[in-house]
Amino acid sequence: MLLLVLWGVRSAHAQSPSDATFLSTLGELREASFPDKEAIIDRLSQTGHPSVRVVLTAFMEDRLFFRNDNQSLIVAKSIDGSPPQLELIDPVSLKPAGTAPVESLTVINTNNHLRSVLKTTIAHFALASPDASVRLDAVHDMMQSPDEAAIAVLKERSAVETSSKVKKEIAVALALVDLNDSDAQVRLNAIQTLTISTSQDVRNKLAGLLEQTDGKFNESDERVRNAAASAMATIDRWRRFYSGIETLFFGLSLGSVLVLIAIGLAITFGVMGVINMAHGELMMLGAYTTYVVQTIMPGHIAISILVAIPAAFIVSALTGIVIERTIIRFLYGRPLETLLATFGVSLILQQLVRSIFSALNKSVITPEWMSGSMQINDALSITYNRLYIVIFTLLVFGTIMTVLKRTRLGLDIRAVSQNRAMARAMGIRSEWVDAMTFGLGSGIAGVAGVALSQLTNVGPNLGQSYIIDSFMVVVFGGVGNLWGALIGGMSMGIVNKLLEPYSGAVLAKIFILIGLILFIQAKPRGLFPQSGRSSGDN
Amino acid sequence: MLLLQRSWITASGKSPSEEARRGAWFLGALAFVAIVVPILNQAVPPTSPFHLSSFALTLIGKYMCYAMLAMAVDLIWGYCGILSLGHAAFFSLGGYAMGMYLMRQIGTRGVYGDPVLPDFMVFLNWKSLPWFWYGSNHFAFAVAMMFIVPALLAGVFGWFAFRSRVTGVYFSIITQALSYALMLAFFRNDMGFGGNNGFTDFKEILGFDLHSDRTKVVLLVITVAALAASYLVCRAIVESRAGRVLRAIRDAESRTRFLGYPVESFKLWVFVFSAIVAGIAGALFVPQVGVINPGEFAPINSIEVVIWVAVGGRGTLFGAALGAVLVNYAKTYLTGAFPEVWLYALGALFVLVTLFLPRGIVGLIQAREKSK
Repeated sequence: MLLLVLWGVRSAHAQSPSDATFLSTLGELREASFPDKEAIIDRLSQTGHPSVRVVLTAFMEDRLFFRNDNQSLIVAKSIDGSPPQLELIDPVSLKPAGTAPVESLTVINTNNHLRSVLKTTIAHFALASPDASVRLDAVHDMMQSPDEAAIAVLKERSAVETSSKVKKEIAVALALVDLNDSDAQVRLNAIQTLTISTSQDVRNKLAGLLEQTDGKFNESDERVRNAAASAMATIDRWRRFYSGIETLFFGLSLGSVLVLIAIGLAITFGVMGVINMAHGELMMLGAYTTYVVQTIMPGHIAISILVAIPAAFIVSALTGIVIERTIIRFLYGRPLETLLATFGVSLILQQLVRSIFSALNKSVITPEWMSGSMQINDALSITYNRLYIVIFTLLVFGTIMTVLKRTRLGLDIRAVSQNRAMARAMGIRSEWVDAMTFGLGSGIAGVAGVALSQLTNVGPNLGQSYIIDSFMVVVFGGVGNLWGALIGGMSMGIVNKLLEPYSGAVLAKIFILIGLILFIQAKPRGLFPQSGRSSGDN
Repeated sequence: MLLLQRSWITASGKSPSEEARRGAWFLGALAFVAIVVPILNQAVPPTSPFHLSSFALTLIGKYMCYAMLAMAVDLIWGYCGILSLGHAAFFSLGGYAMGMYLMRQIGTRGVYGDPVLPDFMVFLNWKSLPWFWYGSNHFAFAVAMMFIVPALLAGVFGWFAFRSRVTGVYFSIITQALSYALMLAFFRNDMGFGGNNGFTDFKEILGFDLHSDRTKVVLLVITVAALAASYLVCRAIVESRAGRVLRAIRDAESRTRFLGYPVESFKLWVFVFSAIVAGIAGALFVPQVGVINPGEFAPINSIEVVIWVAVGGRGTLFGAALGAVLVNYAKTYLTGAFPEVWLYALGALFVLVTLFLPRGIVGLIQAREKSK
C-alpha cells in the first residue's frame, strides 16, 4: 500500500497532466497514416508543451524514433554520419536518455508534404517563442527559402512582434521577397527598407540588381538601380563601421592579455626595480594549474575555471615568494644580474614543466558559458571568451588598485617603493614587504595564465610568446606604473590589431617595435614616468 | 647601488700589465689550437686515436665563433655596462650575409638547378632575384655586407636608444625585442631569406669544397686568427683612454656626463664595434656549421651569450672567450648525454653564477692567486 502511494506520488511528480497528453498524442504517430500524422502535428502544437518544437524539429529531420522493444518514442540527438549507436533524448523532459543501437529503433516516416507542414508549424512555434533570439533564428531560417507559407507567417508575426530587432529582421526578409515583385514602386520601397540591414546577403542581392546579363541590367528600372546603388553604399558604410568596432574589440582583448601580464611586471619592477624574466613562466604555471584543476574535476568544467583562478594565484604567488627569498633578495640594486638570475629560473621552470607534463601542449576546455559569441548584428559578433577576458582584466586591475590604495599591505608597498630607507625607519619590515610584493606580482601572473589558457594551448613555451610584448608594454607605459600598464597595454593591443589587416601579424609587431623606439625618443621613461627617488640612476 | 659600483671599479681596475700577462696566455692558447688542430686532423692518420674527426673540427670552429661573440658582448657589458640581449641578431645578420653568398655559389647544383635563383626562390615561384640579393655572388660583397649590415643596424638602433638615454634594463629589453622582431621577420617567406629553413646545403666557398676537411681546417685557422685579432683590438680599446671613459660610464654614467664626456657617442661607437665583431663571428660560423636559419635570432641565444660571459668572467676579454668555450662544451656534452638535464644546468648556471660568482671563473682564479 505504502509502495503504491509512493509510486503514485513519484509518477505524478514526474509527469504533469500535460506531459501525459503530450506523450499519448505523440504515441499515436507510431501507426498513423500521413494525413493522420498531419492532424497529430496540429494537435501536438495545440498542447503548447515546451518540448514540442524540439520534437517536431526532430520529426522533420528524421530523428524521431520508437523503440522496437517497448514501442516508446524517443529522439536521437544527431544522426549525422549514421553512427551505429545513437545518443538519445527523452521527448518529454529533453534530458539525455542513454544510447541505443540503430537496429533497436524504428524511424517515424515523413514525406515532402509533411515536412513542409512541419516546417511552417515549427516556424510558427519559433516565432511565438518568448525568447527573442529564438525568434530571430527562425526569421533567419525562413529567409533561406522564403515560400508562400513562410511569407504569410512572417507578415502575421510582424504585426504583433514587440522586439525591434526581430521586427527589423522580418522587414528585411519581406523586403527581400518584394525585390522580385513586378511593380517597380514595390521594389523601390523594398530597397528603402533594406538600407537598415547590415547583412552581407542583402548587399549581395542588391549588387545582383546592378549586374548585367546579356547586355541588360538585371533590374530594368533605372530609379530602382540608383536606389539600390545608394542603399549598397549605406550598407557598406555601416559594415565598415562595424568591422572597425570589431577590430577595436579584438585589439582591446589582445591588449587585456598584455595588461594582465604587464600589471604583474609593473608591480615587481615598480617596487623593487626587478625585471623578472621568469614572469612568463609564472604565467605558464598559472595556465598549467588551470589544466590540473580541470583534470581533477572533470565533471565540472564550468566551475573549474573559477576554482582555477585562486589556485593559480596561490601556486604562482608561492613560487614567486620562493624565488624572491632564495635568489632575488641577494641581488637588490643589481638589476642586470637579477635579470640574468631570473632568466635562469625561467629555464628551470620550463624544463620542470616539460619533465612533469611532457613537452606536448595540453588543451584546456573552455567552459560552455564562455564559448560562443554574442551576435550584435549581421556585421558584428563578439566572442564571449574575449569579452570575459576584457572584463576580467578590468576586475583584476580594479582589485590591484584597491589593494595598493586601500589596504595596509598596499600602503607598505607604496612606502617601500617611494623611499625604502625611510619606510624602514618608520618600522616597516621591508624584507617582508618585498616578499609579499613579489608574491602579489607573481600571483597576478598566475591569474593571467588562467586567462591565457582560454585563448591558446597550454605548453612549456606559453610564457615566452607574450612576455616580450608585455615588456614592451611596460617600457611604453612607464615602468612601475599600473595606469601605464593599462593604457599602454590596451593601446598596443589596438594598434597591433589595426595594423594587422594591412601588414600581417609579423610586420605589425615590427612596426610597433619601431614605433616604440621612436616613442621613447620623446618620452624616455614611458607614458607615465615614475617620479621620486627611485627614478634616479646614479 | 653606488657602493657596489665603487667596488667594481677597484675590482676590475687591474693594472694593464696583468691583462697583458693573461693575454699572452690566451694568445698562446689560440696559437696552440691553430697549430695542433690542423696537425691532428690532417697529418695524423684517421686510424690513430689522436686523429681529430671532421665533426670535432666543426665543433671547435663553432666554439671559436662563439668565443668571438662572447668577447663582443663582454666589451659592451663588462666594460661599458650596456647589457645587450640582442647580440644574436648581429651574429645572425653577419651569418646571413655570408649565407647569401654561399647560396649563390650552389648554382645549378641545387635541387631545381636554377643558375641564378636559390632553391627556395624557385620553390616560391619567384621569377627574378630581389634587389637586395644583387651582388651577393661576389665574395667581396658578402664580406662588405657582414661588416655593413650589423654596423648599420647597431648604429641606427644605438643612436636612437642612447640619444634618448635608454639605459640599463630598458635597453636590454628593447634589444631583446629587436632580436625577436627580426626573428619573426626572417621567419616570413616573403622576406626573401629562405623563411623557416633559412640557408643550408652549401657547396663551396671561393671554389673550395666546404665538405672537405682541408677547407674546414683553413676556416678554423682563419677563425682563430680573427678571434686573436678581435681580442687584440678589443684590448687596445679597453686599455686606451677611451677604455677608461667606457669604464667610467659603466660605473657612474651621469657623473661621467657631468665631467664633460660625450657619453652617448662613446656608447654608440663601442656598441657599433661590438656589433661588427659579432657579425664577423656569425659570418665565420655559417660556412663551418653549414646552416643559418631564423632560429639563430631567438632571444634565448642572446641571453645565453651573456651567461657565457658571466661564467668566464665579466670584464675580462679572455674570460668571456673561456666562458663561451666551457659552457658550449658542457652544452654539447649534456645535450648529447642527458638532454633533459641541459636546461636545468643552464638555468642553475645563470642563478649560481650571478649569486656566487659575480666575476666568473677568472675572478675565482684571481682571488685564489691573491690569497697565496
